[in-house]
Amino acid sequence: MSLIEIKDVDFLYREQENKALSGVNLSIEKGEFISIIGSNGSGKSTLAKLLNVLLVPTKGQVFVDGFDSSDPENVWKIRQKVGMVFQNPDNQLVATTVEDDVAFGPENLALPSDQIRERVDKSLEMVGMGGYQSHPPHELSGGQKQRIAIAGIIAMLPDCVVLDEPTAMLDPMGRKEVLKTIKYLNEEEGITVILITHFMEETIFSDRIVVMDGGEIKEIDKPAKIFQNIELIKNAGLDVPVAVQMANELRSSGLNLPEVMDIEELVNALC
Amino acid sequence: MLVELKDITHVYNQYNPIVALKDINLSISKHEFIGLIGHTGSGKSTLVQLLNGLIEPTSGNVLYEDEDIFSDKKRLKFIRQKVGLVFQYPEHQLFEESIYDDIAFGPKNLGLKKEEIKNRVKESLELVGLDYDNFKDRSPFNLSGGQQRRVAIAGVLALKPEILILDEPSAGLDPSGRNNLLELLRHLHQDINITIILISHRMEEVAKLATRVIVMDEGRIVLDGNPAEVFSEEKRLRELDLDLPAVTSILHNLKSKGLPVRTDIFDITEAKDEIINELKKNVPEEKRLC
Repeated sequence: MSLIEIKDVDFLYREQENKALSGVNLSIEKGEFISIIGSNGSGKSTLAKLLNVLLVPTKGQVFVDGFDSSDPENVWKIRQKVGMVFQNPDNQLVATTVEDDVAFGPENLALPSDQIRERVDKSLEMVGMGGYQSHPPHELSGGQKQRIAIAGIIAMLPDCVVLDEPTAMLDPMGRKEVLKTIKYLNEEEGITVILITHFMEETIFSDRIVVMDGGEIKEIDKPAKIFQNIELIKNAGLDVPVAVQMANELRSSGLNLPEVMDIEELVNALC
Repeated sequence: MLVELKDITHVYNQYNPIVALKDINLSISKHEFIGLIGHTGSGKSTLVQLLNGLIEPTSGNVLYEDEDIFSDKKRLKFIRQKVGLVFQYPEHQLFEESIYDDIAFGPKNLGLKKEEIKNRVKESLELVGLDYDNFKDRSPFNLSGGQQRRVAIAGVLALKPEILILDEPSAGLDPSGRNNLLELLRHLHQDINITIILISHRMEEVAKLATRVIVMDEGRIVLDGNPAEVFSEEKRLRELDLDLPAVTSILHNLKSKGLPVRTDIFDITEAKDEIINELKKNVPEEKRLC
């Protein structure tokens, strides 16, 4: 069985007429890097919240590592397996020092203190923030704060991290740091990543991209395939990364270009 | 000159001083569209807060139409009306029960007559592309993020500013929301003749819209010119941890690999034509795409 199985899921918010999700089916394997794109209101965040039982489907089922999310007995098991990182780093940090913040989760698991210490240090190392243990979080940059938030999740040893627009409020440098961290966690630590983003360039590293529109999954495919489907992207109110767009334009002018995803690949293909 | 900054230095926190701005001299003419860039902490936000008198500089003068804005404190209200400032995530500042009341808040404080307030609310809503009759009575909190941001901008436009300053107005919007917002800025600048200062981390936005780009670093202005001039300073921008617009970056990379393309193009279709032309001129057909 896949790590995450979403089966025929509908979701309706209370007092809303239209379903936020309808007929959603998605399987995510362990170790995958999945990006979810779609305009505001397309259902991305609702889908994310189903994954760690912040919401339970109105219809259908969500299984995480075989555990059914609609069974209240499973809530904490699932939340330990699937961690979430949100948009605003300031809303996610609670303690006065970095190490206390990262330790918050493991402390709630009632682990012995030497194990907590080990997890905190290792998590900080993994997000590139080793040595910042005693720093107050409010003195850090946005990108650093967001990496501390990620470390707090990693310290729970999850199988999967869901990030809901983690770079939306960051400057370009902060975005690069966070993206690098996410890629490292996926590639080197084998953590399954589900990234929700409005930055199309951030999705080109994923194994698969899920395109959402009006509460439905419109397409699931490799980045190269998704961004060649201009019709799909336009209808969903999305964009194509500039390098891919340029390659598409050059192709339609008769140039026989191979598949390229970023500027470097494009330039190398051209000369 | 519409606005001038003369020998401005600004220091936050007297006792543990942080120099936010240093030796700033800047003149802004009517109808410019300025893109203000620089990494976080470079002084952009402090600079724009000086322009509408939210901050008084430690030394130096801020002039609006040749008059020091701090010489007469009573005049500050007039300045803040003329220099409209849209903060980051302005939708967080929506507070009224109806969209009408939210936009009317500023004009009411100016002491305008009821009829004039109504006209202004109507005009501002239409400017940002929201239908007056359809939206005026709705709660601002039941709108999409992009629509909320439009309402917040309409609230500033209702003051009829001469200059509109926007701090990261497209942050957090989805691609179509972002494109709509950029179209709105273009409309305000080109059709309504509003002077605009746009703070943005997205170089594409700045390159496409701005007539002038100002780059800040450590509280100083380090580059100032039209987009083609500023974005030709590839090395300097990289040193400042800033990106190039993606199209420019593609062109620069091709040029450094020997394809003599122009690098002052920001439109993707134009850039494509330039690449095709230069490939045809410089690379024999059988060798293209080696």
